[in-house]
Amino acid sequence: MAEAPLLSVEDLATWFDEDERVVRAVDGLSFEVRRGETVGIVGESGSGKSVTSLSVMGLVPRPPGRIVAGRVVFDGQDLLQLGDDAMRRIRGRRIAMVFQDPMTALNPFLRISTQMTEVTRLHLGHSRADARAHAIRMLETVGIPDAEGRIDDYPHQFSGGMRQRVMISMALSCRPELLIADEPTTALDVTIQAQILELVSQLKADTGTSVVLITHDLGVVAGMADRILVMYAGRLFESAPTRELFARPANPYTRGLLLSVPNPLQAKGAELYQIPGLPPDLAETTAGCAFAPRCERAEAVCRSTPPPLVRLTAERESRCHFASELFQAP
Amino acid sequence: MSQGLPTHPAGGGARARDAAQAGVLVSARGLEVHFPLGGGTIWDRLTGGSPVARVVKSVDGVSLDIRAGETLGLVGESGCGKTTLGRALLRLVEPTGGTVHFDGIDVTALSSADLRRARRRMQMIFQDPYASLDPRMSVGQIIAEPIETFHLATGAATRERIRELMSVVGLSERFINRYPHEFSGGQQQRIGIARALAANPEFIVADEPISALDVSIQAQIINLLERLQRERQLTYLFISHDLRAVRHTSDRVAVMYLGRIVELAEATALYDQPLMPYTQALISAVPVPDPVVEGTRRRIVLEGEVPSPVNPPSGCRFRTRCRYAVGACAEVQPALAEVRPGHFVACIRVSPEYPDIERVPAGATPGLPA
Repeated sequence: MAEAPLLSVEDLATWFDEDERVVRAVDGLSFEVRRGETVGIVGESGSGKSVTSLSVMGLVPRPPGRIVAGRVVFDGQDLLQLGDDAMRRIRGRRIAMVFQDPMTALNPFLRISTQMTEVTRLHLGHSRADARAHAIRMLETVGIPDAEGRIDDYPHQFSGGMRQRVMISMALSCRPELLIADEPTTALDVTIQAQILELVSQLKADTGTSVVLITHDLGVVAGMADRILVMYAGRLFESAPTRELFARPANPYTRGLLLSVPNPLQAKGAELYQIPGLPPDLAETTAGCAFAPRCERAEAVCRSTPPPLVRLTAERESRCHFASELFQAP
Repeated sequence: MSQGLPTHPAGGGARARDAAQAGVLVSARGLEVHFPLGGGTIWDRLTGGSPVARVVKSVDGVSLDIRAGETLGLVGESGCGKTTLGRALLRLVEPTGGTVHFDGIDVTALSSADLRRARRRMQMIFQDPYASLDPRMSVGQIIAEPIETFHLATGAATRERIRELMSVVGLSERFINRYPHEFSGGQQQRIGIARALAANPEFIVADEPISALDVSIQAQIINLLERLQRERQLTYLFISHDLRAVRHTSDRVAVMYLGRIVELAEATALYDQPLMPYTQALISAVPVPDPVVEGTRRRIVLEGEVPSPVNPPSGCRFRTRCRYAVGACAEVQPALAEVRPGHFVACIRVSPEYPDIERVPAGATPGLPA
């Protein structure tokens, strides 16, 4: 417990300048990732979950984006203070990322062998031959059949699921301490999704890598994550160990989200719970809680005063004026 | 809410719960959609590969009935042909074989003028709402189009109908002169639904209607579609790769693999006791939003990926990934057979039509408590 977290994000604020407006994509976010842990970040589009990962990776496009506040402490070092060279030595080697669309990470004009050996020759100082042998081993690890025969193929010669595997093998080839996976299975069919999730769990068990899993799918995090962060409108709305979050959500948004997902164990019949209205426009600052216009529990205070992030237990927080009440309610 | 909009006499108000008694509205027999692959690849040209063989059998011999008032879910992975099947039922793509009957009319034999008239009764909702809406037309114009095309109203009555439809799908009529890009994805989908309803159809093919939407918005659209079905006795073909949404919305479910229906049953039977090995794997792969269930269930992880529809495996198309496959599976093309009342399966190791072949154990799907 006393061990320092691998990653500690403190009061991170990442804003985007858009025409005359400022979009507060991430606004005062704090969380930790411990060694060997899988943290799920759940949110809808515009919640700031992807901007969070780009901020950690130092990949926020500037302009229009800028990190206006906060610290991203990785193994004792504030990444936001590092120069580009120092950051490049960490990115890809100690922190790696997997994206929803493999083609954003793979260069379509280069053979897989070129792309994979480049990374390990740079970061691990492999010779050409070592790098190639290592790359083949990595492709085999992620289950690419005939890895030796396929390593010189181009990305387009692989199917979507196989491309995702190639990207994962590339991300893991330097044995990173932290893997950030942003919607890694969203574009895939369920049977392929099952293969990829199985692969990530297995690799995690083998290497002890910490994982940040970003997704909109509560089913995916239910099976994968140790702890879950729920984001809404650029802010942390709730954080809890996975089982506790599902068993007893202490935030009205989390409750609504859990109720609105069709459970595959339940037959047709009852109407789904629906959260009314639409996610907020982040360029418009609200006086109170960003979720208040859609919240069943909202009272006058919710529209006038921003809710505090209430610490409920050592492991749980909820951003709501009524967090303690919701937490204690049966 | 829908007062003033004529509804259909079919179903007489009661939802077709006892679907066995209900009439069949849409019926496909031996439906085929084969796309020729133009030109062939360099490989073909070099080897003189037969151009005849280069055909994508997107839909390959599908027979199914959709009962009036029901929702038939159609699931399968990308490339299995489910979208093409949905479009072929409306003849938005031309079938290359087989027939489709809609309320007794052979849709496949209609002239283009008759088909256009019949289309009023059969509409479609698309996956990408923005791509399906003309960006240069206002919401009012988009919804007016089918009303005018089918001469359902004129002048002020058209305007009145548009306002009514907007309110039915939950759009403020203040937005009548706005353009599609001014709306969120969920609102765009509501516009698409209003347009489909404008023709006052009986049958709607909803092709992945919620896939592009955020989780909290998906529930809104599912509830809207279900309410409209109750109020208007609509019949849906609900196409989705989201097995959770299909379970929630569908009375019966058909599972498609490489152009064929491999299993069809009441939703409860299909999810609790899937018989076809592919369906078992598919259902076991669905992530359940419950960590307690996820922590204990066993997943059937399929090896490999869906083979190419250009050159599908002989016999049963699933056999290359099936853990129960035996030699005979490569030779016999399994027909969809009724294994239990209302439960159809295409698998020689399940179907009683092949008594000499060793059975696959039935039983509940691993991980899903019955």
